[in-house]
Amino acid sequence: MRKWIILAVLLGGAPAALADERLPPITNEAVKKECGACHMAFQPQFLPQRSWRKMMDGLSDHFGEDASLPEATRLEIAAYLEANAGDVSGSREGRKFVKSIAADQSPMRITEVPRWVGEHRGEVRESAWSDPRVRSKANCVACHRGADSGWYDDD
Amino acid sequence: MTKTFLAAFAVCVLLSAGLAAADTPRDAILTEFLSQAKSADPGFAGFSATRGETLFRGNHAGGKPDTPSCTTCHGAAPQDKGRTRAGKEIDPIAVSAAPKRFTDPAEVEKWFGRNCNSVLGRECSAVEKGDFITFMMGQ
Ligand code: HEC
Ligand code: HEC
Ligand code: HEC
Repeated sequence: MRKWIILAVLLGGAPAALADERLPPITNEAVKKECGACHMAFQPQFLPQRSWRKMMDGLSDHFGEDASLPEATRLEIAAYLEANAGDVSGSREGRKFVKSIAADQSPMRITEVPRWVGEHRGEVRESAWSDPRVRSKANCVACHRGADSGWYDDD
Repeated sequence: MTKTFLAAFAVCVLLSAGLAAADTPRDAILTEFLSQAKSADPGFAGFSATRGETLFRGNHAGGKPDTPSCTTCHGAAPQDKGRTRAGKEIDPIAVSAAPKRFTDPAEVEKWFGRNCNSVLGRECSAVEKGDFITFMMGQ
């Protein structure tokens, strides 16, 4: 019994201690719904404004799929992503991600950002990426169960 | 006695009204596709679940290379959950397994628009959309 109380305190206390490492959860409903249909809605802090602008201008061929949106929704989402991009948001993790990108690069994949690559090098067995439960590097939630709400420092 | 009967009767009426209401949006969507199909071809005879199944299961050329078929994401068994290329689970596409399917006209149009373009490289016709929904209603 006492063990459980201590565990609960430890678990409950952790988020506050690590609050710095957490990415702010997405608060825009259109982003949650429209950008969360085919994969989890990725936090905009992982990429710079220039990347989001490029992505939102090319939704009809989005990584080999048509993800196009009605114009009003597209504009609303683009505005939210750009306002919360890693180069303008106050998120520490976001700043680190964007700083690792060369100034003349506008990556479309978070999984190609040098900091993402560095954080996963040696941490994940090569075979884990092709595990049927994972399927894709972009399937963050397969490994980070709190990814949807901004937690990546969980395992 | 009469009171109990009346209460039971009221419950029945409410229940059936609820069921009817839940079906109306899908019927309205199908009716709209039917009128589009008829205005393109006045002799149009009605939607076909068999044609819908062929569209669903077929391997199509002309679309984007990573998505040759509707089953790429929706899976071969419409009653089972599907999975996107990025690994996210999606609800079954069969109406029996996911009763809310094809009840929101904007969602229906948005996804036919995207997925027909990804898989077929073109828009789906009203006939194809009606056939597809008709097939899924029987699944
Ligand atoms: C129709 C399905 C679909 C929708 C809707 C969609 N995406 Fe994607 N997205 C994909 C696919 C497929 C990939 C590539 C996944 C992979 O390689 O595993 C992808 C990848 C991404 C990636 C790169 C992931 C990585 O590898 O780092 C980002 C970022 C992204 N999408 C953002 C968005 C945003 C923003 C929206 C909303 C405007 C959106 N997506 C809506 C299908 C979709
Ligand atoms: C195959 C499993 C796997 C997948 C998929 C995966 N990660 Fe990771 N990730 C890890 C492991 C393991 C670590 C290192 C351990 C740790 O620090 O959590 C890590 C570390 C991280 C970190 C650093 C956390 C910290 O503070 O130390 C971030 C941020 C991160 N991942 C983001 C992502 C994002 C975003 C995605 C999806 C685009 C993703 N990961 C997909 C396994 C995965
Ligand atoms: C690349 C993956 C993918 C492919 C291929 C795909 N779909 Fe989908 N489809 C989705 C996703 C994701 C959704 C939205 C999530 C959900 O509704 O569960 C969806 C939803 C739909 C909907 C909306 C259903 C509703 O509830 O209103 C229709 C209609 C649809 N798809 C038809 C098709 C047809 C027809 C094809 C083949 C021509 C097809 N899809 C191929 C991923 C796909």
